[in-house]
Amino acid sequence: MTFSPQLEARFAELLTHYPEGRQRGALIPMLMYAQDEVGAVTQELMEELAKRLGITTLQVDEVTGYYSMLHKKPQGKYHVQVCTNVACMLRGGAELYDHACKKLNLGHKQTAADGKFSLEEVECIGACSWAPAIQVNYDFHHEVTTGKLDEILEGLK
Amino acid sequence: MSNLVKLTINDTPVEAPAGTLLIDAAKTAGIEIPAFCYYEGMSLQAACRMCLVEIEKAPKLMAACVVPVAEGMVVRTESEAVVKARKTTLEFLLTNHPLDCPVCDKGGECELQDMVFKYGAGESRFTEVKHHVPEKQWSPVVFYDGPRCILCYRCVRVCNEGMGVGALGVVNRGVVSEIAPSHGDHLECDECGSCIDICPVGALTSGAYRYKTRPWEMEHTGTICTHCSDGCKTTLGTRNGEIVRGNNRDRSGVNGEFLCVKGRYAFDFNHHPERLQAPLLRVDGKLEEVSWSRALQVLVEKFKAVRDAKGNVGVIGSTRTSNEEAFLLQKFARTVFGTNNIDHHRSGDVATLLDALSGKTGALGTSADCYTSKAVLIIGADLSQQHPFLANQIRANVRHQKTPVYVVTPGAVREDKTAKKAVRAGEDWLAAVENLKSSLASEKELLVVFGDAVKGEGLRKLVALGDSLGIPVKYIALVDYANSRGAMDMGLLPDLGPGYHAVEGKAGLTLPQMLAATDLDLVWVVGANPLKNASLGSSKAFVVVQDLFRTETAERADLVLPAASAYEKNGTVTNTCGEVQRLMKAADTVGAKTDLAMFGLIARGLGVNLGKVDADNVFAEIQKTVRGYNVPLPVIVTGGAAQTQAVNGRVPSNVLPELIRSAGDTLFTTGTLTKYSKVLNEVMEGPGGLYR
Repeated sequence: MTFSPQLEARFAELLTHYPEGRQRGALIPMLMYAQDEVGAVTQELMEELAKRLGITTLQVDEVTGYYSMLHKKPQGKYHVQVCTNVACMLRGGAELYDHACKKLNLGHKQTAADGKFSLEEVECIGACSWAPAIQVNYDFHHEVTTGKLDEILEGLK
Repeated sequence: MSNLVKLTINDTPVEAPAGTLLIDAAKTAGIEIPAFCYYEGMSLQAACRMCLVEIEKAPKLMAACVVPVAEGMVVRTESEAVVKARKTTLEFLLTNHPLDCPVCDKGGECELQDMVFKYGAGESRFTEVKHHVPEKQWSPVVFYDGPRCILCYRCVRVCNEGMGVGALGVVNRGVVSEIAPSHGDHLECDECGSCIDICPVGALTSGAYRYKTRPWEMEHTGTICTHCSDGCKTTLGTRNGEIVRGNNRDRSGVNGEFLCVKGRYAFDFNHHPERLQAPLLRVDGKLEEVSWSRALQVLVEKFKAVRDAKGNVGVIGSTRTSNEEAFLLQKFARTVFGTNNIDHHRSGDVATLLDALSGKTGALGTSADCYTSKAVLIIGADLSQQHPFLANQIRANVRHQKTPVYVVTPGAVREDKTAKKAVRAGEDWLAAVENLKSSLASEKELLVVFGDAVKGEGLRKLVALGDSLGIPVKYIALVDYANSRGAMDMGLLPDLGPGYHAVEGKAGLTLPQMLAATDLDLVWVVGANPLKNASLGSSKAFVVVQDLFRTETAERADLVLPAASAYEKNGTVTNTCGEVQRLMKAADTVGAKTDLAMFGLIARGLGVNLGKVDADNVFAEIQKTVRGYNVPLPVIVTGGAAQTQAVNGRVPSNVLPELIRSAGDTLFTTGTLTKYSKVLNEVMEGPGGLYR
């Protein structure tokens, strides 16, 4: 598998951040940057990174499956993630998710036919202090209400 | 011991060496801290939260499996907060765990069941629908039932760290987390089943054992695995006379709880439909079933005629029968027929090793040395394939003590991955070892484990090289099967009797010479299949075969006697390290007799006195007459292993290195028995294939 020269340069620089023998530490950023370029964390990508870091494909799979920012399938242009874990749930996360489903006419891990939106119900995204929180691509939105959610979604072109 | 740390657990003063984990320190004081994910010998996980305890001045409850003891620490393991936390943890573990204990294989020996019974609450506050996923089959022997899994990571660690395979992982997150196999929907692994054994619940279950019985309905017999020569103890669970499970959870025996696919599953040959259950006599050119009395009558008449006519006799012994049987067979041949035409399939040059080490003590390695030695050199052996237990010991040694391992093999082996140096060399292994000499000499001690390429003069040079290192060196000569070593020690050799003493009179014919000879009147094959890829030179020979199955050799026989397997007899066997262990009878096959019983019946028919023919009595004779076998009986009677040194002086042998050749089994083959083990055939044909 080949990547753009810019990404290769980024990988090479990344690997220098870790002590000899611990290059596997670079896996998460490598997955993220590669996902941005490839569009998703494909099986081929996992195998390639496993080979480069000297770990098994299963170990890459473990990491990919754990993090909600890594996706094995291409997502919509705007990937909306709504947290319904404890803190968010107590502050209306579940209602927020239901609202998002209706608004976007999508279910969990579904992508719209036009490819503009995709939706996902996620576990904790680490924004409990500002619950309920949602994430659109790499941007966080805090203390979201149904009204605020409408505004955010309508603001996306 | 210095550096003892003083602490208090439940108002009891406890002392433990610095670095001891709290959970272990409590155990030494007789205080049990419950845990699922903590497992001795594996890396720490702290995933299950069962071992939470209260430590004074700590703001929260702490996981005792990852907290080392500290001076003045005050710990409470049964306080109100701890008891409540345990109950809650169990309640969480049960939120998605199905309550299908009555149909679960693990029911009755399930750690979760025990813990809930002891520490848990009878009722749950959860009313939500349980998250369910269907059961999956990952290989012929491994099934995974996701909802039962409590995600303790024991299976992941035993596969990664213990076996060095890494075929299991945990994918996804939160409530949908699950264990996943290495290749999408199936496993590519050793099929050892360690993950099933180590699973505290019924999430991983065994294809061979599923739904066959309940644990308390079995009888358990600890005996020695009959496959390779490592001498692992396998505890066979039998129900209604059928062996249904093999494991070693009580950690008895040299192997602790380790077993490979053969020790755990390949007992199934024992109940193969082709097992012989009646003697076969050649009548009009065809083998026909006859009664035992008829068979013995024919046999005794033939033996008498050959003995009285001083006919030529060839005797071929087994690498799987007990020491007692091997000893009595050679005694029978030498005293009744007066012949030294006795041999077996040789797979390692033990005779030359013992000769080269004469005068030295403590130079024979044990299986325990593989774990404790401060450096290991492997020559010409694919340990992970052929000696899985010794390989496991060495892996654990590297993992726990960072021991340097040197590998000199013709091809890539699994040991390369953790080796300090791995060198490719076949016939030229000696030159490769010489190149490593300066590194080897810098070690504190060395254990040399070598395969069948190291023999004769080469082996003597290796021992000389070992002497020149100036450090203590121990050796293990690898052989093929459960009692390959015992067969040699007991004198199933044409030039050496029991204990490697020179035979009286002229040396007899070797195995190939017996097969080639055209003048043999009687060929007696006990538990061997020499005609698998050969034919018998003597067309006039009357061939008697004692075996479990109708092998290629049995097809040439004039009389075939159905023999009991190693799992159907008492006695002793000696593993590749020279450790004597006890066989215990676990099952029976109708119509089959042990080889020992057959020798007794034949002797009685001939009017020959071989002494009282039972395993204990013959072993007493071995103890008295075979040097090194005077091992302490209490050790082996209680299921332990006692190492022998069958000789301590020169061995008067003209070793023929060309006769020493390993059968080259893999993890999934075991000589003649391979064909009759359904499990081994299934895993070979499975989609996974062999991990290297």
